[in-house]
Amino acid sequence: MPINKEFKPKIVAFCCNWCSYAGADLAGSSRLAYPADVKIIKVPCSCRVNPMFILRAFEKGADGVIMCGCHPGDCHYSTGNYYARRRMTLLFSMLDYMGVENGRTRVEWVSAAEGVKFSTTMNEFVEKIYSLGENVRLGDLRCKK
Amino acid sequence: MKKIAKSNLSALFAKINETKDLYVPVKNGEQVNFAAYSEEAEVDLTALKTVKSPKDAFFPQSENLYTCFNEQGKISITPEELQDKDFVVFGMKACDIKGIEVLDKVFLSEPVDSFYAARRQHGIIVGLACDKPEESCFCTVFGINPAEPTADVAVYDDEDFLYWNALTEKGNALTETLCDLLEDADNTAVENKKKEITAIAEKLPYANLSLEGWNGDALTEKFDSPIWEELYKPCLACGTCTFSCPTCQCYDIKDYNTGNGIKRYRCWDSCMYSDFTMMAHGNNRTSQMQRFRQRFMHKLVYFPANNDGMYSCVGCGRCVDKCPQNLNIVKVIKAFEKGGKA
Amino acid sequence: MQKIVERAKELLADGTVNRVLGWKKGDMCFNPEPAFFETAEDLDENFVYGGFCGANLSKYMIDASKLEGKTLVLLKPCDTYSFNQLINEHRVDREKAYIIGVGCKGKLNIETIKQSGVKGILNITENGDMLNIETLYGNTEMKYSDALLERCHVCKGKEHKIYDELIGESQDTSDRERFAEVEKIEKMSPEEKFAFFQKELSKCIRCNACRNVCPACSCRKCVFDSTKFDSSQKANTDSFEEKMFHIIRAFHVAGRCTDCGECSRVCPQGIPLHLFNRKFIKDINEFYGEYQAGADVDAKGPLTEYTFGDCEPSIVKERG
Repeated sequence: MPINKEFKPKIVAFCCNWCSYAGADLAGSSRLAYPADVKIIKVPCSCRVNPMFILRAFEKGADGVIMCGCHPGDCHYSTGNYYARRRMTLLFSMLDYMGVENGRTRVEWVSAAEGVKFSTTMNEFVEKIYSLGENVRLGDLRCKK
Repeated sequence: MKKIAKSNLSALFAKINETKDLYVPVKNGEQVNFAAYSEEAEVDLTALKTVKSPKDAFFPQSENLYTCFNEQGKISITPEELQDKDFVVFGMKACDIKGIEVLDKVFLSEPVDSFYAARRQHGIIVGLACDKPEESCFCTVFGINPAEPTADVAVYDDEDFLYWNALTEKGNALTETLCDLLEDADNTAVENKKKEITAIAEKLPYANLSLEGWNGDALTEKFDSPIWEELYKPCLACGTCTFSCPTCQCYDIKDYNTGNGIKRYRCWDSCMYSDFTMMAHGNNRTSQMQRFRQRFMHKLVYFPANNDGMYSCVGCGRCVDKCPQNLNIVKVIKAFEKGGKA
Repeated sequence: MQKIVERAKELLADGTVNRVLGWKKGDMCFNPEPAFFETAEDLDENFVYGGFCGANLSKYMIDASKLEGKTLVLLKPCDTYSFNQLINEHRVDREKAYIIGVGCKGKLNIETIKQSGVKGILNITENGDMLNIETLYGNTEMKYSDALLERCHVCKGKEHKIYDELIGESQDTSDRERFAEVEKIEKMSPEEKFAFFQKELSKCIRCNACRNVCPACSCRKCVFDSTKFDSSQKANTDSFEEKMFHIIRAFHVAGRCTDCGECSRVCPQGIPLHLFNRKFIKDINEFYGEYQAGADVDAKGPLTEYTFGDCEPSIVKERG
């Protein structure tokens, strides 16, 4: 697929308060760059992310959605991310099954100390979305201008 | 009276579609519904009843009313344009056409609904006589003749030919534009067809359903009847009956947040839903029994009370076919006739 | 059927149960409706149990559990899974139910019969393996096994998972692979998958029958009914709406869906809704081990459980 230079993707990143959001903070204070296309939404725990959040983001025009949380075993609430992991696995599988998504969703575990990982993950993900182009299969037409 | 060979129908559709929008019964999977005509569409004129009634063409399940758009603090409001292109709905049955008459009572009386009025003005109905009435049909109970669709053009399907009989000015005008494709015909085949349909209609299992006691004056008696308590119980509170019905006309108006503005739209509502006629103070029907009663009281009592005795049921039998738990208006009428169960 | 009526009358008479939840004769042979019976006369006159009694009665027990005294409920083998699941979720009260497990030789789908081209059906009688169909346009016949609901072709077995007593014989009807349809779709290209679901879901009229009939959908207030929720709820305004509704509907019952097939039975537009639920079931089986909701009253659902070594979501892309 040719890369559309005009295309400015909208990417939503759900980050848990305790690890990934702090990881993003560290990336910032360490002056590690990641594209401004990524909009971070802070959630108390990755487990707070309801499948509806992901769909809703796509509905309102997101081109990619990434969810970041504490590494399995490190959850601030002990077990939240384990539940989140099962949920997202099933959701992504369903989206794939319906043919509405290919690589527009991702889950990554980022700790508070991993500023570098946060930055590289976001860079990779944005690049991937650039290569996929605009999301046309899973959005509400009424939200397009 | 005109006729056209059925093998030549796609030419007829293409010709109509040149200048007008055309809606025809289209098969999608095992279901037939009215949809815009295209060359690829699998047109199915043999299906007696579409799942959804064709009222969609005049009163769509959802339609935009206006759009607000916010651009850097400046808000613009764009009203939706009214229908201004002629369109043809091909293959409506007599009951569905009567259904449109019911809708007219609601939307064309003051204050007139401009969206609906525009569609009525530009819509041309080609009615198709019912080839094979089915067991759930009871249109004759409401004085409808399945052999005489009161449309702009009445069409009869007889073996290799479709017979074409323009009944109104709109119908004549449409016939004019198609004169290359239509040839003259005599009435014999159509008269025979009508007799055939009428004979079957008399044999239908619901043909003798009695509406005695159902009228505008029966309000308190019917409303307070204990029979409703028995009848509603299996009801799932789904909207299948209301959304497939050719006369249900209740709607809701809502806003959709597009992120940079609002789209105000109207969509069908169902009296079966818990948020039906929800107001600031809450809801005036709080139990499923009340909602269930509303549907049938509206069709058989309230509507005739306000519209010179016209029922807002046309006996198409869609709810009879489609109710997941097999409840329907016929069972309600019969239960009242019996005075509830033993 | 007579045995059921006799036994129900006994239980009503001796005060074991206050009412009977079963099926009532329709005005045609193929449209019986779920109903409560409180007297012996009512049972004698109106009760029916036959091929068209496909409705799963377990969801009605949520309300019946709140009534005075016990309710005698008739459950087919597949319905008992739903009932177990409802006990598991504390939605029904086992003590308020007297369960008679009724035999099942597969339930008939009137839509299937009509789609085979039979019009104007007046009466249908069972005659061994055949159905004799009387119509306005002459008589015809059809094999019983050709008129079954989709769910009966992939039957989970005729064993009742919970009951107080059993009445009637069952007959195995399973003759298709449960996940065959799902696998077929999985093998399609993304474009084909997208086109397939777009076509099916475009038929949705948002009547909510699939949701309301579902024994697992027992929320008092559904998120899609909330006035505060920014969704078109009852209108198919945009193709996104249907996708969202059907993904969320299936997701919310993932791990709790017993695959009773009611959603596909009731859909007026014939959308194969079981394909969503079954995909989740298949994934759960593959990722987290075989699990059948409702088989065991005390089981913990796969989405309220976890193991340290669960696969990562990236597995979806890796397995290709």
